[in-house]
Amino acid sequence: MDLETLTHKSGEWLKGQGPESDIVISSRIRLARNLAQYPFLSRADDRVRVEIEESLGQKLIDLPLKKPLSYFKVHTLENIDRQLLVERQLISRELSDNHGSRGVVLSDEENVSIMVNEEDHLRMQVIHSGLALDECWNEIDRIDDLIESEVTYAFSQQLGYLTACPTNVGTGIRVSVMLHLPALVVTKEIQKVFQALHKISLAVRGLYGEGSQAMGDFYQISNQVTLGKTEEQLIQQVKEVVPRIIFYERQARTALVKDNREGLHDQISRAYGILKNAQTISSEETMHLLSSVRMGINLGLIDDLEIPTVNELFIHTQPAHLQKIKGTPLESGERNVARASYLRQRLSGRHPGEVN
Amino acid sequence: MKKCRRCSKPATLHITEIVNSEVQTLHLCEGCAQSYLSQQDQPDPDEMSPAAAKLIEGADLDELDHIVCPNCGISFREFRSQGRLGCPHDYIAFEAELMPLLENIHGATQHCGKCPKRAPDSSQRQYELIKLRNELRSLVEGEKYEDAARLRDQIQSLEVELAEDQPEANDKDDD
Repeated sequence: MDLETLTHKSGEWLKGQGPESDIVISSRIRLARNLAQYPFLSRADDRVRVEIEESLGQKLIDLPLKKPLSYFKVHTLENIDRQLLVERQLISRELSDNHGSRGVVLSDEENVSIMVNEEDHLRMQVIHSGLALDECWNEIDRIDDLIESEVTYAFSQQLGYLTACPTNVGTGIRVSVMLHLPALVVTKEIQKVFQALHKISLAVRGLYGEGSQAMGDFYQISNQVTLGKTEEQLIQQVKEVVPRIIFYERQARTALVKDNREGLHDQISRAYGILKNAQTISSEETMHLLSSVRMGINLGLIDDLEIPTVNELFIHTQPAHLQKIKGTPLESGERNVARASYLRQRLSGRHPGEVN
Repeated sequence: MKKCRRCSKPATLHITEIVNSEVQTLHLCEGCAQSYLSQQDQPDPDEMSPAAAKLIEGADLDELDHIVCPNCGISFREFRSQGRLGCPHDYIAFEAELMPLLENIHGATQHCGKCPKRAPDSSQRQYELIKLRNELRSLVEGEKYEDAARLRDQIQSLEVELAEDQPEANDKDDD
Protein backbone atom coordinates (compact mmCIF):
# COMPACT_ATOMS: atom_id res chain seq x y z
CA MET A 1 0.00 0.00 0.00
CA ASP A 2 1.36 3.43 -0.87
CA LEU A 3 0.26 6.73 0.61
CA GLU A 4 -1.52 7.86 -2.57
CA THR A 5 -3.81 4.83 -2.39
CA LEU A 6 -4.28 5.39 1.31
CA THR A 7 -5.40 8.98 0.76
CA HIS A 8 -8.39 7.99 -1.33
CA LYS A 9 -9.67 5.05 0.65
CA SER A 10 -10.70 4.81 4.27
CA GLY A 11 -9.90 2.52 7.14
CA GLU A 12 -12.06 -0.36 8.35
CA TRP A 13 -12.60 1.45 11.62
CA LEU A 14 -14.42 4.30 9.82
CA LYS A 15 -16.97 2.00 8.24
CA GLY A 16 -19.51 2.73 10.95
CA GLN A 17 -20.16 -0.94 11.63
CA GLY A 18 -20.11 -2.98 14.78
CA PRO A 19 -22.08 -2.74 18.02
CA GLU A 20 -23.38 0.71 19.05
CA SER A 21 -21.67 2.31 16.07
CA ASP A 22 -24.11 5.24 16.04
CA ILE A 23 -22.29 6.50 19.14
CA VAL A 24 -19.13 4.40 19.39
CA ILE A 25 -16.88 5.30 16.47
CA SER A 26 -14.05 2.96 17.28
CA SER A 27 -12.33 0.82 19.89
CA ARG A 28 -8.58 0.78 20.20
CA ILE A 29 -6.02 -0.98 22.35
CA ARG A 30 -2.34 -0.16 22.32
CA LEU A 31 0.61 -1.70 24.10
CA ALA A 32 3.91 -0.02 24.94
CA ARG A 33 7.02 -2.21 24.89
CA ASN A 34 10.78 -1.68 25.02
CA LEU A 35 13.73 -3.82 24.12
CA ALA A 36 15.77 -4.89 27.14
CA GLN A 37 19.22 -4.28 25.66
CA TYR A 38 18.77 -0.64 24.61
CA PRO A 39 18.31 2.63 26.50
CA PHE A 40 14.93 4.32 26.21
CA LEU A 41 14.66 6.86 23.41
CA SER A 42 15.50 9.94 25.48
CA ARG A 43 18.97 8.39 25.89
CA ALA A 44 19.27 6.77 22.48
CA ASP A 45 21.64 8.55 20.11
CA ASP A 46 21.14 8.50 16.35
CA ARG A 47 23.20 5.35 15.90
CA VAL A 48 21.14 3.42 18.46
CA ARG A 49 17.90 4.68 16.92
CA VAL A 50 18.97 3.42 13.51
CA GLU A 51 19.93 0.05 15.00
CA ILE A 52 16.55 -0.35 16.73
CA GLU A 53 14.57 0.81 13.72
CA GLU A 54 16.38 -1.41 11.25
CA SER A 55 16.30 -4.57 13.31
CA LEU A 56 12.70 -4.15 14.49
CA GLY A 57 11.42 -2.97 11.11
CA GLN A 58 12.59 -6.16 9.40
CA LYS A 59 11.22 -8.40 12.16
CA LEU A 60 7.84 -6.68 12.06
CA ILE A 61 7.47 -7.02 8.30
CA ASP A 62 8.16 -10.74 8.61
CA LEU A 63 5.54 -11.32 11.32
CA PRO A 64 3.05 -14.03 10.42
CA LEU A 65 0.15 -11.57 10.37
CA LYS A 66 -2.55 -11.11 7.78
CA LYS A 67 -0.77 -9.76 4.68
CA PRO A 68 -0.06 -7.44 3.13
CA LEU A 69 1.73 -5.31 5.67
CA SER A 70 3.42 -2.07 4.69
CA TYR A 71 6.43 -0.55 6.40
CA PHE A 72 7.11 3.17 6.25
CA LYS A 73 10.35 4.73 7.35
CA VAL A 74 8.72 7.77 8.92
CA HIS A 75 11.94 9.85 8.96
CA THR A 76 12.11 9.66 5.17
CA LEU A 77 8.51 10.84 4.64
CA GLU A 78 7.56 14.38 3.65
CA ASN A 79 5.87 16.52 6.31
CA ILE A 80 2.56 16.27 4.49
CA ASP A 81 2.66 12.47 4.44
CA ARG A 82 3.47 12.28 8.13
CA GLN A 83 0.57 14.60 8.81
CA LEU A 84 -1.67 12.42 6.65
CA LEU A 85 -0.86 9.41 8.82
CA VAL A 86 -1.56 11.45 11.97
CA GLU A 87 -4.92 12.62 10.64
CA ARG A 88 -5.67 9.03 9.79
CA GLN A 89 -4.91 7.97 13.42
CA LEU A 90 -2.28 5.55 12.13
CA ILE A 91 0.66 7.23 13.82
CA SER A 92 0.86 9.53 16.81
CA ARG A 93 1.85 13.15 16.71
CA GLU A 94 4.86 12.17 18.81
CA LEU A 95 6.09 9.72 16.14
CA SER A 96 5.49 12.31 13.44
CA ASP A 97 7.39 15.06 15.27
CA ASN A 98 10.22 12.96 16.75
CA HIS A 99 13.68 13.04 15.23
CA GLY A 100 15.94 10.27 14.01
CA SER A 101 15.27 6.87 12.58
CA ARG A 102 11.67 5.69 13.14
CA GLY A 103 9.00 3.69 11.38
CA VAL A 104 5.52 2.23 11.28
CA VAL A 105 4.00 -1.03 10.09
CA LEU A 106 0.44 -0.78 8.78
CA SER A 107 -2.06 -3.38 7.71
CA ASP A 108 -4.06 -2.74 4.55
CA GLU A 109 -7.36 -2.42 6.42
CA GLU A 110 -5.65 0.10 8.73
CA ASN A 111 -6.59 -1.98 11.80
CA VAL A 112 -3.03 -2.67 12.84
CA SER A 113 -0.33 -0.10 13.39
CA ILE A 114 3.02 -0.82 15.01
CA MET A 115 5.21 2.20 15.64
CA VAL A 116 8.97 1.94 16.13
CA ASN A 117 10.87 4.58 18.13
CA GLU A 118 7.92 6.54 19.38
CA GLU A 119 8.05 7.39 23.12
CA ASP A 120 8.86 3.70 23.61
CA HIS A 121 10.73 1.41 21.22
CA LEU A 122 7.42 -0.18 20.28
CA ARG A 123 3.89 1.11 20.34
CA MET A 124 1.44 -1.32 18.77
CA GLN A 125 -2.26 -0.74 18.31
CA VAL A 126 -5.31 -2.51 16.98
CA ILE A 127 -8.35 -0.44 16.12
CA HIS A 128 -11.86 -1.59 15.15
CA SER A 129 -15.14 0.03 14.24
CA GLY A 130 -17.81 0.16 16.97
CA LEU A 131 -17.56 -1.27 20.45
CA ALA A 132 -15.18 -4.17 19.92
CA LEU A 133 -12.60 -4.19 22.70
CA ASP A 134 -12.36 -7.99 23.00
CA GLU A 135 -11.53 -8.26 19.32
CA CYS A 136 -8.86 -5.58 19.72
CA TRP A 137 -7.37 -7.31 22.75
CA ASN A 138 -7.25 -10.76 21.15
CA GLU A 139 -5.44 -9.38 18.13
CA ILE A 140 -2.97 -7.15 19.94
CA ASP A 141 -2.23 -9.86 22.50
CA ARG A 142 -1.34 -12.22 19.65
CA ILE A 143 0.79 -9.63 17.88
CA ASP A 144 2.61 -8.94 21.15
CA ASP A 145 3.30 -12.68 21.59
CA LEU A 146 4.60 -12.92 18.04
CA ILE A 147 6.97 -9.99 18.53
CA GLU A 148 8.04 -11.31 21.91
CA SER A 149 9.18 -14.57 20.34
CA GLU A 150 11.67 -12.51 18.31
CA VAL A 151 12.99 -10.04 20.88
CA THR A 152 13.61 -9.66 24.61
CA TYR A 153 11.36 -7.09 26.23
CA ALA A 154 12.40 -4.93 29.18
CA PHE A 155 10.40 -6.53 31.94
CA SER A 156 10.66 -6.79 35.71
CA GLN A 157 9.00 -9.19 38.12
CA GLN A 158 7.64 -6.37 40.18
CA LEU A 159 6.84 -3.66 37.66
CA GLY A 160 5.94 -5.60 34.54
CA TYR A 161 6.77 -4.11 31.14
CA LEU A 162 9.15 -1.20 31.69
CA THR A 163 8.31 1.98 29.81
CA ALA A 164 9.98 5.33 29.25
CA CYS A 165 7.24 7.08 31.20
CA PRO A 166 6.17 5.66 34.58
CA THR A 167 2.52 6.36 33.68
CA ASN A 168 2.60 3.38 31.27
CA VAL A 169 4.58 0.88 33.31
CA GLY A 170 3.12 -2.55 34.16
CA THR A 171 0.78 -3.66 31.41
CA GLY A 172 1.75 -0.80 29.07
CA ILE A 173 -1.85 -0.90 27.92
CA ARG A 174 -4.12 1.92 26.80
CA VAL A 175 -7.69 0.82 26.23
CA SER A 176 -9.72 3.48 24.51
CA VAL A 177 -13.10 3.96 22.98
CA MET A 178 -13.97 6.92 20.77
CA LEU A 179 -17.48 8.23 21.31
CA HIS A 180 -19.56 10.76 19.43
CA LEU A 181 -21.47 12.71 22.08
CA PRO A 182 -23.16 15.72 20.43
CA ALA A 183 -26.34 15.66 22.55
CA LEU A 184 -24.41 15.60 25.83
CA VAL A 185 -22.43 18.59 24.54
CA VAL A 186 -25.55 20.54 23.50
CA THR A 187 -27.32 19.87 26.81
CA LYS A 188 -24.07 20.73 28.66
CA GLU A 189 -24.22 17.45 30.58
CA ILE A 190 -20.84 16.40 29.27
CA GLN A 191 -19.04 17.99 32.21
CA LYS A 192 -20.87 15.67 34.60
CA VAL A 193 -19.73 12.70 32.54
CA PHE A 194 -16.13 13.94 32.71
CA GLN A 195 -16.29 14.36 36.45
CA ALA A 196 -17.75 10.87 36.95
CA LEU A 197 -15.07 9.34 34.71
CA HIS A 198 -12.34 11.24 36.47
CA LYS A 199 -13.46 9.79 39.80
CA ILE A 200 -12.94 6.25 38.55
CA SER A 201 -9.59 7.32 37.06
CA LEU A 202 -10.53 7.10 33.41
CA ALA A 203 -9.18 9.80 31.12
CA VAL A 204 -11.09 11.79 28.51
CA ARG A 205 -9.27 13.14 25.46
CA GLY A 206 -10.19 14.65 22.11
CA LEU A 207 -10.07 13.08 18.65
CA TYR A 208 -6.29 13.24 18.36
CA GLY A 209 -5.37 12.11 21.84
CA GLU A 210 -3.33 13.90 24.43
CA GLY A 211 -3.84 17.63 24.52
CA SER A 212 -6.12 17.73 21.50
CA GLN A 213 -9.46 19.49 21.76
CA ALA A 214 -12.72 17.68 21.42
CA MET A 215 -13.33 18.44 17.76
CA GLY A 216 -16.65 17.43 16.28
CA ASP A 217 -17.92 16.29 19.71
CA PHE A 218 -15.64 13.24 19.65
CA TYR A 219 -14.28 12.01 22.94
CA GLN A 220 -11.86 9.22 23.71
CA ILE A 221 -12.37 7.45 27.00
CA SER A 222 -9.36 5.49 28.22
CA ASN A 223 -7.75 3.94 31.27
CA GLN A 224 -5.08 5.85 33.15
CA VAL A 225 -3.87 3.16 35.50
CA THR A 226 -1.60 0.55 33.92
CA LEU A 227 -0.03 -1.14 36.94
CA GLY A 228 -1.56 -3.44 39.56
CA LYS A 229 -4.46 -4.67 37.46
CA THR A 230 -4.62 -7.29 34.72
CA GLU A 231 -5.26 -6.33 31.11
CA GLU A 232 -8.67 -7.97 31.38
CA GLN A 233 -9.58 -5.88 34.43
CA LEU A 234 -8.52 -2.67 32.72
CA ILE A 235 -10.51 -3.54 29.60
CA GLN A 236 -13.49 -4.49 31.76
CA GLN A 237 -13.44 -1.11 33.47
CA VAL A 238 -13.82 0.71 30.14
CA LYS A 239 -16.34 -1.86 28.91
CA GLU A 240 -18.51 -1.27 31.95
CA VAL A 241 -18.58 2.49 31.73
CA VAL A 242 -19.21 2.87 27.99
CA PRO A 243 -22.80 1.51 27.96
CA ARG A 244 -23.68 4.02 30.67
CA ILE A 245 -22.35 6.94 28.64
CA ILE A 246 -24.19 5.59 25.56
CA PHE A 247 -27.35 5.48 27.67
CA TYR A 248 -26.94 9.11 28.76
CA GLU A 249 -26.22 10.24 25.20
CA ARG A 250 -29.34 8.48 23.89
CA GLN A 251 -31.36 9.95 26.73
CA ALA A 252 -30.10 13.45 25.89
CA ARG A 253 -30.91 12.90 22.19
CA THR A 254 -34.45 11.77 23.03
CA ALA A 255 -34.90 14.82 25.24
CA LEU A 256 -33.68 17.13 22.45
CA VAL A 257 -36.19 15.63 20.01
CA LYS A 258 -39.00 15.73 22.55
CA ASP A 259 -38.37 19.33 23.65
CA ASN A 260 -38.10 20.88 20.24
CA ARG A 261 -38.27 18.56 17.28
CA GLU A 262 -38.76 21.31 14.71
CA GLY A 263 -35.94 23.39 16.14
CA LEU A 264 -33.55 20.45 16.12
CA HIS A 265 -34.60 19.36 12.64
CA ASP A 266 -34.11 22.91 11.41
CA GLN A 267 -30.67 23.22 12.95
CA ILE A 268 -29.52 19.89 11.50
CA SER A 269 -30.94 20.70 8.05
CA ARG A 270 -29.20 24.08 8.07
CA ALA A 271 -25.91 22.39 8.99
CA TYR A 272 -26.40 19.97 6.09
CA GLY A 273 -27.33 22.86 3.80
CA ILE A 274 -24.19 24.81 4.63
CA LEU A 275 -21.98 21.77 4.06
CA LYS A 276 -23.64 21.14 0.69
CA ASN A 277 -23.42 24.74 -0.50
CA ALA A 278 -20.57 26.62 1.18
CA GLN A 279 -17.88 28.12 -1.05
CA THR A 280 -15.27 28.40 1.67
CA ILE A 281 -15.25 26.67 5.04
CA SER A 282 -12.78 26.16 7.91
CA SER A 283 -11.87 22.79 9.35
CA GLU A 284 -13.41 23.75 12.69
CA GLU A 285 -16.78 24.72 11.20
CA THR A 286 -16.77 21.57 9.08
CA MET A 287 -16.26 19.35 12.13
CA HIS A 288 -18.97 21.19 14.02
CA LEU A 289 -21.53 20.91 11.20
CA LEU A 290 -20.65 17.30 10.35
CA SER A 291 -21.27 16.46 13.99
CA SER A 292 -24.82 17.85 13.72
CA VAL A 293 -25.41 16.01 10.47
CA ARG A 294 -24.12 12.76 11.92
CA MET A 295 -26.56 13.00 14.80
CA GLY A 296 -29.31 13.93 12.32
CA ILE A 297 -28.77 10.71 10.36
CA ASN A 298 -28.89 8.66 13.56
CA LEU A 299 -32.14 10.35 14.58
CA GLY A 300 -33.69 9.74 11.17
CA LEU A 301 -33.84 13.47 10.38
CA ILE A 302 -31.57 13.10 7.34
CA ASP A 303 -32.21 10.11 5.11
CA ASP A 304 -30.11 10.60 1.98
CA LEU A 305 -26.66 10.26 3.54
CA GLU A 306 -24.80 7.31 5.06
CA ILE A 307 -22.84 7.27 8.33
CA PRO A 308 -19.63 5.87 6.74
CA THR A 309 -19.56 8.85 4.34
CA VAL A 310 -19.82 11.30 7.23
CA ASN A 311 -17.17 9.40 9.23
CA GLU A 312 -14.88 9.59 6.23
CA LEU A 313 -15.53 13.31 5.70
CA PHE A 314 -14.35 14.08 9.24
CA ILE A 315 -10.95 12.69 8.22
CA HIS A 316 -10.78 13.60 4.52
CA THR A 317 -11.52 17.31 5.09
CA GLN A 318 -8.45 17.75 7.26
CA PRO A 319 -5.49 19.76 5.94
CA ALA A 320 -3.07 17.03 4.86
CA HIS A 321 -5.83 14.94 3.30
CA LEU A 322 -7.17 17.87 1.29
CA GLN A 323 -3.73 18.70 -0.03
CA LYS A 324 -3.06 15.08 -0.95
CA ILE A 325 -6.45 14.83 -2.68
CA LYS A 326 -5.81 18.06 -4.60
CA GLY A 327 -2.26 16.96 -5.26
CA THR A 328 -0.76 20.34 -4.40
CA PRO A 329 0.29 22.30 -1.29
CA LEU A 330 -2.43 24.75 -0.21
CA GLU A 331 -2.38 27.77 2.11
CA SER A 332 -5.05 27.98 4.80
CA GLY A 333 -7.37 30.18 2.70
CA GLU A 334 -6.98 27.94 -0.34
CA ARG A 335 -7.67 24.90 1.82
CA ASN A 336 -10.98 26.42 2.94
CA VAL A 337 -12.04 26.81 -0.69
CA ALA A 338 -10.83 23.30 -1.57
CA ARG A 339 -12.60 21.88 1.50
CA ALA A 340 -15.92 23.49 0.52
CA SER A 341 -15.56 22.22 -3.03
CA TYR A 342 -14.74 18.70 -1.83
CA LEU A 343 -17.74 18.71 0.52
CA ARG A 344 -20.10 19.91 -2.23
CA GLN A 345 -18.94 17.09 -4.49
CA ARG A 346 -19.15 14.38 -1.86
CA LEU A 347 -22.53 15.51 -0.57
CA SER A 348 -24.10 15.90 -3.99
CA GLY A 349 -23.55 12.21 -4.57
CA ARG A 350 -20.85 12.74 -7.17
CA HIS A 351 -17.46 11.31 -6.39
CA PRO A 352 -14.73 13.93 -6.47
CA GLY A 353 -12.67 13.65 -9.59
CA GLU A 354 -15.65 12.77 -11.76
CA VAL A 355 -16.65 16.38 -12.40
CA ASN A 356 -14.78 19.46 -11.32
CA MET B 1 31.14 50.28 38.49
CA LYS B 2 29.71 48.15 41.26
CA LYS B 3 26.53 46.24 40.60
CA CYS B 4 23.41 46.73 42.67
CA ARG B 5 23.23 44.17 45.41
CA ARG B 6 19.60 43.32 44.65
CA CYS B 7 19.48 43.38 40.90
CA SER B 8 22.02 43.50 38.12
CA LYS B 9 21.75 47.23 37.39
CA PRO B 10 24.73 49.49 38.16
CA ALA B 11 24.75 50.66 41.81
CA THR B 12 24.35 54.41 41.95
CA LEU B 13 23.56 54.86 45.65
CA HIS B 14 25.80 53.76 48.48
CA ILE B 15 24.10 53.60 51.84
CA THR B 16 26.14 53.34 54.98
CA GLU B 17 24.39 52.23 58.14
CA ILE B 18 25.41 51.38 61.64
CA VAL B 19 23.66 48.24 62.78
CA ASN B 20 24.46 46.84 66.25
CA SER B 21 27.51 49.12 66.33
CA GLU B 22 28.80 47.64 63.09
CA VAL B 23 29.25 49.62 59.90
CA GLN B 24 27.46 48.20 56.87
CA THR B 25 27.56 49.57 53.35
CA LEU B 26 24.92 48.76 50.80
CA HIS B 27 25.43 49.40 47.10
CA LEU B 28 22.10 49.78 45.31
CA CYS B 29 20.64 51.09 42.10
CA GLU B 30 18.18 53.93 42.31
CA GLY B 31 15.06 51.80 42.19
CA CYS B 32 16.20 49.32 44.78
CA ALA B 33 17.51 52.08 47.02
CA GLN B 34 14.14 53.78 47.03
CA SER B 35 12.31 50.63 47.95
CA TYR B 36 14.96 49.90 50.58
CA LEU B 37 14.59 53.29 52.17
CA SER B 38 10.81 53.12 52.14
CA GLN B 39 10.80 49.74 53.90
CA GLN B 40 13.50 49.99 56.49
CA ASP B 41 12.31 46.85 58.20
CA GLN B 42 12.91 44.72 55.14
CA PRO B 43 15.33 41.89 55.88
CA ASP B 44 18.88 42.19 54.71
CA PRO B 45 19.39 40.33 51.44
CA ASP B 46 22.11 38.29 53.09
CA GLU B 47 19.74 37.12 55.76
CA MET B 48 18.12 33.82 54.92
CA SER B 49 14.43 33.95 54.11
CA PRO B 50 12.23 31.33 55.77
CA ALA B 51 11.61 29.78 52.36
CA ALA B 52 15.32 29.48 51.69
CA ALA B 53 15.87 27.97 55.12
CA LYS B 54 13.27 25.37 54.33
CA LEU B 55 15.05 24.56 51.11
CA ILE B 56 18.24 23.85 53.00
CA GLU B 57 16.33 21.67 55.43
CA GLY B 58 14.98 19.73 52.49
CA ALA B 59 18.51 19.17 51.25
CA ASP B 60 17.88 15.45 50.89
CA LEU B 61 15.46 16.27 48.06
CA ASP B 62 18.36 17.95 46.36
CA GLU B 63 20.50 14.90 47.02
CA LEU B 64 17.87 12.67 45.43
CA ASP B 65 17.92 14.90 42.41
CA HIS B 66 21.58 14.17 41.93
CA ILE B 67 21.30 10.40 41.96
CA VAL B 68 22.50 9.16 38.60
CA CYS B 69 21.67 5.88 36.90
CA PRO B 70 25.01 4.05 36.43
CA ASN B 71 23.66 2.46 33.27
CA CYS B 72 22.40 5.38 31.18
CA GLY B 73 23.73 8.36 33.13
CA ILE B 74 20.43 10.17 33.55
CA SER B 75 19.96 12.00 36.87
CA PHE B 76 16.73 11.93 38.81
CA ARG B 77 16.52 15.69 38.28
CA GLU B 78 16.65 15.20 34.50
CA PHE B 79 13.89 12.62 34.75
CA ARG B 80 11.82 15.05 36.82
CA SER B 81 12.20 17.82 34.30
CA GLN B 82 11.53 15.79 31.14
CA GLY B 83 9.20 13.12 32.54
CA ARG B 84 10.94 10.34 30.64
CA LEU B 85 13.34 7.78 32.02
CA GLY B 86 16.61 6.96 30.28
CA CYS B 87 16.71 3.16 30.42
CA PRO B 88 15.00 0.15 32.00
CA HIS B 89 17.59 0.12 34.81
CA ASP B 90 16.30 3.50 36.06
CA TYR B 91 13.45 1.67 37.75
CA ILE B 92 16.10 0.09 40.00
CA ALA B 93 18.47 3.05 40.23
CA PHE B 94 15.65 5.42 41.28
CA GLU B 95 13.59 2.82 43.07
CA ALA B 96 13.24 4.78 46.32
CA GLU B 97 12.02 7.87 44.45
CA LEU B 98 9.87 6.11 41.88
CA MET B 99 7.89 3.81 44.17
CA PRO B 100 5.91 6.60 45.87
CA LEU B 101 5.32 8.12 42.43
CA LEU B 102 3.99 4.83 41.05
CA GLU B 103 1.81 4.36 44.12
CA ASN B 104 0.46 7.83 43.47
CA ILE B 105 -0.22 7.29 39.75
CA HIS B 106 -1.45 3.70 39.77
CA GLY B 107 -2.39 3.02 43.39
CA ALA B 108 -0.18 -0.07 43.20
CA THR B 109 3.45 -1.12 42.87
CA GLN B 110 3.08 -4.75 41.82
CA HIS B 111 2.42 -5.86 38.25
CA CYS B 112 -0.16 -8.61 37.90
CA GLY B 113 -0.91 -8.63 34.18
CA LYS B 114 0.61 -10.41 31.23
CA CYS B 115 4.21 -11.54 31.38
CA PRO B 116 6.55 -12.57 28.59
CA LYS B 117 6.26 -16.25 27.71
CA ARG B 118 10.02 -16.43 27.48
CA ALA B 119 10.43 -15.58 31.16
CA PRO B 120 11.92 -18.44 33.22
CA ASP B 121 9.44 -21.09 34.27
CA SER B 122 9.70 -20.29 37.98
CA SER B 123 8.97 -16.61 37.47
CA GLN B 124 6.07 -17.54 35.19
CA ARG B 125 4.54 -19.37 38.12
CA GLN B 126 5.38 -16.54 40.51
CA TYR B 127 3.33 -14.44 38.18
CA GLU B 128 0.52 -16.88 38.06
CA LEU B 129 0.48 -16.65 41.85
CA ILE B 130 0.38 -12.85 41.85
CA LYS B 131 -2.39 -12.92 39.29
CA LEU B 132 -4.45 -15.45 41.24
CA ARG B 133 -4.06 -13.49 44.48
CA ASN B 134 -5.28 -10.43 42.67
CA GLU B 135 -8.29 -12.32 41.35
CA LEU B 136 -8.96 -13.66 44.83
CA ARG B 137 -9.09 -10.13 46.15
CA SER B 138 -11.68 -9.07 43.60
CA LEU B 139 -13.75 -12.20 44.21
CA VAL B 140 -13.81 -11.45 47.94
CA GLU B 141 -14.70 -7.83 47.21
CA GLY B 142 -17.52 -9.08 45.00
CA GLU B 143 -18.63 -11.43 47.81
CA LYS B 144 -18.24 -14.45 45.55
CA TYR B 145 -17.06 -16.64 48.41
CA GLU B 146 -17.49 -20.06 46.80
CA ASP B 147 -15.30 -19.13 43.84
CA ALA B 148 -12.90 -17.47 46.24
CA ALA B 149 -12.54 -20.68 48.28
CA ARG B 150 -11.78 -22.65 45.14
CA LEU B 151 -9.21 -20.09 44.06
CA ARG B 152 -7.64 -20.09 47.53
CA ASP B 153 -7.05 -23.86 47.28
CA GLN B 154 -5.48 -23.39 43.87
CA ILE B 155 -3.20 -20.69 45.26
CA GLN B 156 -2.15 -22.87 48.17
CA SER B 157 -1.22 -25.80 45.97
CA LEU B 158 0.74 -23.51 43.66
CA GLU B 159 2.57 -22.10 46.69
CA VAL B 160 3.50 -25.62 47.81
CA GLU B 161 4.70 -26.47 44.30
CA LEU B 162 6.85 -23.39 44.13
CA ALA B 163 8.34 -24.00 47.58
CA GLU B 164 9.27 -27.56 46.56
CA ASP B 165 10.91 -26.37 43.37
CA GLN B 166 12.96 -23.71 45.09
CA PRO B 167 14.50 -25.08 48.29
CA GLU B 168 16.67 -21.99 48.78
CA ALA B 169 14.95 -18.76 49.56
CA ASN B 170 14.92 -17.02 46.23
CA ASP B 171 12.43 -14.25 46.38
CA LYS B 172 14.77 -11.49 45.42
CA ASP B 173 13.97 -9.72 42.20
CA ASP B 174 16.71 -9.82 39.65
CA ASP B 175 17.55 -7.01 37.29
